[in-house]
Amino acid sequence: MKMELIQPFINAADAVLAQGLACSLSIGSLSMEEEAYRRKGMAAMVRLTGDIEGRVIFDLDKETAVRVARRFAGAELPESDDLVRETVFELANQVIGNAVTTLNDQGFHFRVHPPVLHDSEHGEKGSEDTEALVMCFETASGNVFMNIAMQYNSVQSKGLAAGGHS
Amino acid sequence: MEQFATMKRSKDGQPIRYLIVDDSVFARKNLARMIETFGGQLAGEAGDGAAAITEYDRTSPDIVLMDITMPQMEGIEAAERIVQKHPEARVVMVSSVGYQENIVAALQRGARHFVQKPVKPEVLYEVIKYVMGEDGSVANAAAVGAPGSAGGAQ
Repeated sequence: MKMELIQPFINAADAVLAQGLACSLSIGSLSMEEEAYRRKGMAAMVRLTGDIEGRVIFDLDKETAVRVARRFAGAELPESDDLVRETVFELANQVIGNAVTTLNDQGFHFRVHPPVLHDSEHGEKGSEDTEALVMCFETASGNVFMNIAMQYNSVQSKGLAAGGHS
Repeated sequence: MEQFATMKRSKDGQPIRYLIVDDSVFARKNLARMIETFGGQLAGEAGDGAAAITEYDRTSPDIVLMDITMPQMEGIEAAERIVQKHPEARVVMVSSVGYQENIVAALQRGARHFVQKPVKPEVLYEVIKYVMGEDGSVANAAAVGAPGSAGGAQ
């Protein structure tokens, strides 16, 4: 696991959540996992391909997602599955967009794929190369889980092929 | 949500009309709430670049708030097509992907400004004021104690 690739995602999640929720937050737990990811609630997965390859999963339980949505919107919103899904997807978009901005300005080029619903109970099993960092952000609105598996693409980084842009 | 001094069109004193383009309904609703606090009016919404072009033709908004990464047609291409057809169009890109190349590409292809998500209302407000320039005016600024006065630098 390359921490220099992971750190921008941690910083982005910290900034987006702190601003959107207007509260301080802390990282409650942090672990490396090779085992398959077991989701806690509604999870959105975003894949990155190019100089850097991997995926990020955002995972919130329903009650937390509704509270986060209301904090982000600054208004009461009716609870619904659509609201929960939209919240998790938008949170994923904002965090990954901000992290991608940092990595791109560092010279990495890659494509960010649209978020997809991660609806299986178990994620893909990791390996030594793709072990994931799992962290829990504790916020006033509840826990937000982020699971990152990221690595350099050796072919791309040798300049044998051009990466895309998101 | 914080209330801002109402921004209006200088020519007729009517609310500034916005077209909001984002594939996320959640993001569109958030932006719509923000522009309400500016005294703006929602002219239309679109979920992708192609729909944005159609909606622009239909609604003739004063400002377009355009996401970049969207299905069908991305925001920068949609902005370019709108500006080619309507050179007076004021398109503000609103995206979480704010790296330099993206911003430069958007501005080169006709966008007037760029705001990074998560959007801070006070930042968007100032950008709208700047982009509207003399075509926009801030009403009752003194009454509500909001920053700025009529018009903006262009």
